Amino acid sequence: MRAHRVPQPEQPVPLVNYATREITCKIVYYGPGRSGKTTNLHYIYGQVPNERKGTMVSLATQTDRTLFFDFLPLDLGSISGFNTRFQLYTVPGQVYYHSTRKLVLQGADGVVFVADSQVRQLDENIESMQDLHSNLAEHGMDVRTVPLVLQYNKQDLPPDLVLGTAALDHALNFRGVPAFAAGALHGTGVFETLRGISELVLRRLSTAGSPATPSTAHAGSR
Amino acid sequence: MELDARYRFENYVVGSANRLAVSAARAVAQAPGAAFNPLFIYSGSGLGKTHLLLAIGHLGRQLQPDLKVAYSTVDELVDELNASVASSAVDALRERYQNVNVLLLDDVQFLAGRRETQSEILRLFNGLQRSGRQVVLTSDRPPAEIADLDERLITRFSGGLVVDVGAPDYETRAAIARVKSDERGAQFDTGVLDEVARIPFGNVRELQGALNRLIACQTLGERAVTALNVRELLGERLEVAEAPVATAVASNGRTRRGGEFSNFLSDLSAVVAQQIEPWRIRLLEVMSRWREQGFLTAAIERALEASEEPDVEATVRQYESAVARLQSLGREAEALDPSLASSDLFRDPERVGEAELAVARLLGAAEPPPGPSPDFVRADFEVGPSNQLAVHAADTVIEEPGKKYNPLVVYGPSGVGKTHLLNALGNELIALRGGATTVACVSARHFTEELIAALRDGTIERWRARYRVVDVLIIDDVHECAGTERTQEELFHIFNALYASGRQIVLSMRCAPKLIEGLEDRLRSRFEGGLVVEMQAPDHVLRERLYARSLSAADVRHDRALIDYLASRAVASVAEIMATVQRLVQAADVVGIPLTANFARKELEGRVAAPAMAHNGNGHPADPLFLDEEKVIWDWPDVSGRAIEEFR
Repeated sequence: MRAHRVPQPEQPVPLVNYATREITCKIVYYGPGRSGKTTNLHYIYGQVPNERKGTMVSLATQTDRTLFFDFLPLDLGSISGFNTRFQLYTVPGQVYYHSTRKLVLQGADGVVFVADSQVRQLDENIESMQDLHSNLAEHGMDVRTVPLVLQYNKQDLPPDLVLGTAALDHALNFRGVPAFAAGALHGTGVFETLRGISELVLRRLSTAGSPATPSTAHAGSR
Repeated sequence: MELDARYRFENYVVGSANRLAVSAARAVAQAPGAAFNPLFIYSGSGLGKTHLLLAIGHLGRQLQPDLKVAYSTVDELVDELNASVASSAVDALRERYQNVNVLLLDDVQFLAGRRETQSEILRLFNGLQRSGRQVVLTSDRPPAEIADLDERLITRFSGGLVVDVGAPDYETRAAIARVKSDERGAQFDTGVLDEVARIPFGNVRELQGALNRLIACQTLGERAVTALNVRELLGERLEVAEAPVATAVASNGRTRRGGEFSNFLSDLSAVVAQQIEPWRIRLLEVMSRWREQGFLTAAIERALEASEEPDVEATVRQYESAVARLQSLGREAEALDPSLASSDLFRDPERVGEAELAVARLLGAAEPPPGPSPDFVRADFEVGPSNQLAVHAADTVIEEPGKKYNPLVVYGPSGVGKTHLLNALGNELIALRGGATTVACVSARHFTEELIAALRDGTIERWRARYRVVDVLIIDDVHECAGTERTQEELFHIFNALYASGRQIVLSMRCAPKLIEGLEDRLRSRFEGGLVVEMQAPDHVLRERLYARSLSAADVRHDRALIDYLASRAVASVAEIMATVQRLVQAADVVGIPLTANFARKELEGRVAAPAMAHNGNGHPADPLFLDEEKVIWDWPDVSGRAIEEFR
């Protein structure tokens, strides 16, 4: 198992480095508190074969709420000759961790917005979405171009407790980004979501510009 | 030769992992010999190399019905070759293959270690390439990784396009599953084939095997195959296919863990492959291959940094030829000094020059080139007006080798002391620095003979290297290499290498460089760029000194009259003086009288009609009556000596 040091969130990592043959994707799971971001990461972690597992770092409170952020490094091995690593982060959902959220978001190559499908959480979803937009804007990232997918989590709850995907689309997905219904606790939709955001992020490889200065790939988005 | 009709482009499923290979194969089939020649396809087993190879043959024939296509595996070729050798029909075999328009050669990795077959293939290959015929090869690894493959074959195999075929991604597997089940006329419930495709088979054969099993299950009617029981029915196979990732089996048995992750991975691969430009991948492959072997790859990295596609193949060729050079240098260095095997010097293709020099130094130390003969000593060298310029130049060179007169070219007729001077100069240089100076001193003829021997033994690199590291190069009788091609070529390169690094070159030749016929202009002009000095036949002063020295050396008492007489006789060379002294000493010995001027005159001129007249210049034979020793002026100062006096 490879020992991973938790990188400082403020260090931007280039998406693709042709010289060292590395693709490093930073994907941030964003969303309101208790929407299931950490659950997503845990499910992914459980599916990863042992030899590819990094150490999942979870800085949680005693009541299992994410205090700072979760960090799951994934070593995907060689893909088309590139050593590919994914860094999955979650942000603490609670409103009062605003500065941490902002910090974690820095240098993100893609964002998964995990919405809580429960009817009573709608306002918090919307608030968190607005918070995401403002944080992205503060990092100088163009909200229209940053890879983003939505996950409507907890769709496995009784139908009378949750909003349908159409209603959630209407409320949250005004940009028409890919959205996935999920029940993260049982793993439904988790990999579909990860695949969705990965594809969006990786499609930017070809438009990443000169590989000598990979960071310029993000010039417009940071 | 019949091609298996099952393998066609129509039933070859194209996915991201094989798109490049298929495009190249189609281009080759459509215009054999024009596009990528040779086309080298490599991949792991069961990923469709043979299919692709045969598809090229079919499409080629379809487009040009009279196209001659030959398909063979290397093993079959070896068998054919053996059979033809046994029946003395090798020429017929060669002719058969030389006449094909497209040669499809499968499994060339089996050439590993087969020297005879390799040389036959090389010959065949050269013939086909010369006449613009298409060659397509497949292997389970890239050319450079085939063990014991002749370097020439590696470069030829890599000279066209080298493409690989990767493992199919999910979509491709799904498409293949459909094509294969259609081919067999099998009907499955919806979702069955997709479920099969989700199993990450590493190659198509495994996928086909799984399908066969399902078809068998269905035909036997034991159990209906549904999307739900596919994995159960394929239980064993699944273990194999998923073994590398299926390490975390869910305790509740609900799903096989790792499946989701590996599907995710294979999808990701497809996306990445689509997004990254093929030329970068090509460069990256080259880079990773050589990095793994410990070579630095700065040149490739620079090429990768380009925003536009560079001339990838030229870059790769250049890089790999430098690596090949390093490898051979490394081997050579290792043979001489095992501690150098791990030296970084042989890992950086940008420092080939330094590596070459290091090896050359080793070789120079191990087998030094011939040095000057210790018999020739500067102190023994007598100086007179006829050679003083050359001697002065030689002394300057001894004081400041490589600085002032470089090259120093001494010319003059045979026997005037060029060889002595050159060897003495070499000895002085060695003595001055206590042996720290390496001096190569060799005659041009010997130089050529060494070269021929080195060419014969295949040690030309070593031979060259020995000369390239000397501090001083002395070559005697350079005119001997006039008219030769290779010697002059080698001399030219050695000359340049030494000259560029300020090392002294001293040459001797029979006449001035411009008068030597058959001497290449590039050498002539370089020779003339230094100092060209003449050594003439010994003048009077020099003759006096040389006779005195020779007589003393022979332990003969001599007087002034004898020396005066002897020195008055013109000679063409120093050798002649030595011969004269020897003859006189022996003659005097025989009759047992002392060697005097009179004796010498009688001995040397007795049989000549009027030798004195030869000196008086009128050319008429003298009347013997007047040959009175007392009255005849025998010792006219010679004309050349007088001319110099007057000239001064």
